Amino acid sequence: MNALDPREELANRLGLATTPLPHFDSPASVRERLASNDYLSDDAIASVTFLADRLAKPVLVEGPAGTGKTALARAVADAIGARLIRLQCYEGLDESKALYEWNYRKQLLRIQAGRPEGTGTEEWSHLEEDIFAEEFLLTRPLLEAISAVDPVVLLIDEVDRVELETEALLLEILSEYQVSIPELGTVKARQIPMVFLTSNNTRELSEALKRRCLYLYIGYPDVERERDIIVSRVPGITTTLAEQIAQVVRSLRLLDLKKAPSVSETLDWARTLVILGRDEIGAEETAATLHILLKYQSDIDRATKELLGRSKPIA
Amino acid sequence: MLNVLGDFIGELRAAGVPVSMTEHVDAARAMEIIDLGERELLRSSLAATLIKDGDHLATFTTAFEVYFSIRSMETAQQLLDEESHLGDEDRGEQPPGQGGGGDARGEGGGGSSSLSAQELAEMLFAALRDNDRNMLANAAREAVERYAGMEPGRPVGGTYYLYRTLRNLDLEALEQRLFELALPPSEHDDSLTTRMARDEAQARVEALKAAIEREIRERLVEDRGAEALAKSVRKPLPEDLDVMHANREEMAQLERALRPLSRKLAVRLARRRRRRHRGPVDLRRTVRGSLSTGGVPIDLRFKPPHPAKPEIIVIADISGSVASFARFTLHLVHAISSQFSKVRSFVFVDGLDEVTSLFEGVDDPAVAVARINAEADVIAFDGHSDYGRALLAFHTNFADQITRRATVLILGDGRNNYHQPHAEVLADLRYRAKAVYWLNPEPRAYWNSGDSIIDKYEPYCDAVIECRTLRQLEAFVGQLT
Repeated sequence: MNALDPREELANRLGLATTPLPHFDSPASVRERLASNDYLSDDAIASVTFLADRLAKPVLVEGPAGTGKTALARAVADAIGARLIRLQCYEGLDESKALYEWNYRKQLLRIQAGRPEGTGTEEWSHLEEDIFAEEFLLTRPLLEAISAVDPVVLLIDEVDRVELETEALLLEILSEYQVSIPELGTVKARQIPMVFLTSNNTRELSEALKRRCLYLYIGYPDVERERDIIVSRVPGITTTLAEQIAQVVRSLRLLDLKKAPSVSETLDWARTLVILGRDEIGAEETAATLHILLKYQSDIDRATKELLGRSKPIA
Repeated sequence: MLNVLGDFIGELRAAGVPVSMTEHVDAARAMEIIDLGERELLRSSLAATLIKDGDHLATFTTAFEVYFSIRSMETAQQLLDEESHLGDEDRGEQPPGQGGGGDARGEGGGGSSSLSAQELAEMLFAALRDNDRNMLANAAREAVERYAGMEPGRPVGGTYYLYRTLRNLDLEALEQRLFELALPPSEHDDSLTTRMARDEAQARVEALKAAIEREIRERLVEDRGAEALAKSVRKPLPEDLDVMHANREEMAQLERALRPLSRKLAVRLARRRRRRHRGPVDLRRTVRGSLSTGGVPIDLRFKPPHPAKPEIIVIADISGSVASFARFTLHLVHAISSQFSKVRSFVFVDGLDEVTSLFEGVDDPAVAVARINAEADVIAFDGHSDYGRALLAFHTNFADQITRRATVLILGDGRNNYHQPHAEVLADLRYRAKAVYWLNPEPRAYWNSGDSIIDKYEPYCDAVIECRTLRQLEAFVGQLT
């Protein structure tokens, strides 16, 4: 077995002079460096991030809303000191918004500016070459990430929102780290960017996309990790309170609710309790502040009944 | 290790997880990079490279526990260490003590099984109280040693051993003790604190159960080898479970799988509808618009698209044998009811009742489905399904409401208990409706055996479709609109 290191192989394909060094030495160092940027990872998150770096592959992050998918990309960018380039996906996103667009106003100006000098065919072919040059190109997030010279982290957020056809736009970047522009040729990456895609799983992504990515499922954290997250993100909170909050939230998630409380909602709730000056969770405040955690009236009623043993919330 | 990986991927594929060649290569590459001695790291690396769908993770975990059991990993580690002594410098960095440590632990487990039942219970309690994972694993090993009574060579999946161990441990008492330790009985009320303490106790006992299960599986792997065991414990993906023969736990899994499934289906259908966002050319408006360009129709105008949403009429057999299948179908159809112009549901055994109103204004179809059992009046005679009678009743009361826009779905196994089929009624329904589909949850091989008379109805249906799993059901409903 004498296979090339995946990073080296990719660097050769991209024609880079030297193989960029990997950002992380071990999963443990991923954990540590993410933690110093206030992102508490677990084994799975740390090892997938480590692998993504070493294998030079994009990561597809899935999981319920508000569990820190986007935050992971941001934390990784901070940890390796890279610029975060974000592409927010939505229905109707197309090439000109995601990849590149020709700056036709500027092209028009160029044509008009060149007109008086002559009208021969030679002139025209010269002009044509000229107006399809890089200076007339408006870079959009994907092209920007590819052509960047400084280290970047590319975040393609909520990729499940684009149509199936638009997904195909991403494939070339995800596997080859390059963008083909018909008039210009192929733009290859000048470094190896880390790429994160997030999805809320509202639809099945195509096999082709999934195959090109590593997969990371971020579910709800367990009590200990959630407690630590609260402690690290909410200033001035006591460990006891954080632990109690984490326990209440776990019990809520066990109920059959329409929308289980997410980590970000848990943090909001913790902040509220700190502002209210509580050191302990009591039934009164819980009932009064439950709407921060739960967003449906039927869920609130249900939780009040189940956890607090009352049929009606206190007004 | 690469051979094990190959076998492992074979097992995943056998369980229904699609693993492509590229993913196999990625997994192998990942294994070259990571420290194979760390089991958790190996697990998440394999999951990241091989599994691309959150719903497949449970299947993956089961297979992983079997193929990369803690003990086989320890043996592999020892082999690696020996190799490293032969002069492989890269691997030489492993601390040589690791393999030995595993060994010592194994012996310790065997030697101390002389604990009394009382001591064992105390040990378990202490482990749970302090939330100490190592101690918990040790205690679980003791418990299995003592109570499971495992016999080597028996081709079982371990459920029985688990049951035997748990029965002897009296987990309820243990949970109660934990609960009372956290909160003395005098303070028990229905307040939040009590509830929290109880949930915490419950969670810890669950962890113990998991530890015992793991221990049993470890031993089974040692006894019978990974491949044989994997077959007996293989978990099919939720969407491939046979709805009619699902046990209670699988039923819960199916219900969990159903909600995201119906949501995805609705999104897909809505998207497909939106894409056809224009109808045929509107000649009048095009000509009117062309006046401004001297009669040349430069801009074509289109009519708004025809909504073309079908009406769906579901007639479901909810007698014991096929009730669960009917429930899932009703649930799915109503969950995506926004994609149809109208959905009406009827249920029958030997009488027929309309249950559409149970779904109205209820935002969770599961609630309505639960109410059907309690409220629908479906037994007219002896409580054995009678398709002929039900169809007759439907025809008498509702046939005139069926229009060319209505698609009729009949759900049932066609087992008529030797009653009259009254297939001519179905013929008339088909004449009135746009289409009649029959969804049969039985395997095709069983059709027309015994009292199944599906062939009597088949000529009057546009299609009779075998629909045993959620995957098949979703595929069918997806092409209805």
